[in-house]
Amino acid sequence: MLIRQGGDLTENDVTPQGLYLRRREFMTGIAGAGLALGGGAAKAATGLKGIASPYSTEEPPNTRQDITGYNNFYEFGVDKDDPARNAGALKTRPWTVKIDGHCARPGTYDLADFLRGNPLQQRIYRLRCVEGWSMVIPWLGVPLADLLKRYEPTSRAKYVAFETLYRPAEMPGQRRAVLDWPYREGLRIDEAMNPLTIMAVGLYGETLPNQNGAPMRLVVPWKYGFKSIKSVVRISFVEKQPRTAWNASAPQEYGFFSNVNPNVDHPRWSQATERRIGEFRRRDTLMFNGYAEQVAGMYRGMDLKKFY
Amino acid sequence: MDRLLRGRAAYGVVWLACFAPIVWLAWRVFAGELGANPIETLIRQLGVWGLRLLIVGLAITPAARIFRMPVLIRFRRTVGVFAFSYLLLHLLNYVVTDQWFDWAAIGKDILKRPFITVGMIAFVLLVPLAATSTNRALRKLGPGRWRQLHRLTYLIVPLGVLHYYMLVKADHRPPLIYAGIVAALLGWRLWEAARKRRALTGTAPAP
Repeated sequence: MLIRQGGDLTENDVTPQGLYLRRREFMTGIAGAGLALGGGAAKAATGLKGIASPYSTEEPPNTRQDITGYNNFYEFGVDKDDPARNAGALKTRPWTVKIDGHCARPGTYDLADFLRGNPLQQRIYRLRCVEGWSMVIPWLGVPLADLLKRYEPTSRAKYVAFETLYRPAEMPGQRRAVLDWPYREGLRIDEAMNPLTIMAVGLYGETLPNQNGAPMRLVVPWKYGFKSIKSVVRISFVEKQPRTAWNASAPQEYGFFSNVNPNVDHPRWSQATERRIGEFRRRDTLMFNGYAEQVAGMYRGMDLKKFY
Repeated sequence: MDRLLRGRAAYGVVWLACFAPIVWLAWRVFAGELGANPIETLIRQLGVWGLRLLIVGLAITPAARIFRMPVLIRFRRTVGVFAFSYLLLHLLNYVVTDQWFDWAAIGKDILKRPFITVGMIAFVLLVPLAATSTNRALRKLGPGRWRQLHRLTYLIVPLGVLHYYMLVKADHRPPLIYAGIVAALLGWRLWEAARKRRALTGTAPAP
């Protein structure tokens, strides 16, 4: 495996200082507004630091404004600007994660305990949406493998299933059956344990904004964005391939694997090209979103047209 | 009311109303207010407004009859031509800003993506209607043939709604609302036609 050295980037290197300072003002403003309205999300985002990672791309990240203002998070509405508008009421404290299925230490853990002992890393990853657009996002997170190993999955744990919070009072999109709530996703155990797979808790040096999946979301950069499930409350070690939300909604369109693949078209979109947010011309989509080096081995011998 | 609608001012109002969405969109383009993915937003908005105007055009005849205001018919052409203009811009934005004249990709899209196939068919059918929207074309074709040709809208508008329905990922409510309105407008025409036939046969002298 070839690992490119990413240098010693910190969160301060990925955004111009002017922008960063203005963003601060902006965040303070938001927090103030939240307090004034008595909203639950009044807590200002806190600063986070992460160790630079060789897995990070050197491509320039998208602006914080794009990353936090253009989201698919149907729990808060189906339009791209709905999550930023509607996610403020979500209470992310307290937050527990239920671990169950084939493992030695099932239980319900407080988020802080779930994450404890794992230093944050900065992972600047490409994100490719199945709709044909992409971004580069400076995540802060922890390799999922490091988190999962502590629960000692047994040999029957062939897959890992994930579930998003179901709380219609705070997630207005869940009041209508647009998808079969709660949102579910899943990975094969080797995909879950791949060093690229992380649980992100922050971006751009701050805790995750609600619309990006606070307080903790999966990031699987070689798969279409909808695999990277947000606001995770349950992780199950299972033997059979788990049901996933989009696959259940339209199985002919969204497969379980959903690896980024320019050669397998979605019935409604060509996947050969993508528009990087902020760019004018479309660019070619890369196999496994450019992470073939790290992940292609897991799919050797598989017909990726069949297992899309 | 009738006199107001007959005046020039009424025309001006209809024109302004049809122009407003594009002015609003253009303003958002130049102010950089179309969000992170302005090209997609622009294409989507042009398509939605084109479809809305097509539906308004389809509603004019029933409205004129139901409210006994035949004067409304004079706005039908304006609305229809505006609808075509929005949809032409919708298509041009797809070809130019989205695909940047990548004809191979566009050809593949038309053949392989059913929602694009349907949208393209609807647009192609709309072209002869726009082309025959002048007084000269109406005279040349004669009112009978002109009317027959323009009945294509009864096919075009449902195809437009289908195009919208097919591109939506999960929340089908908005396109279904459009479908309901179009079904009502076309249903009214069927009902009206049946009523007329009944009225004709009812008053026909016995053989």
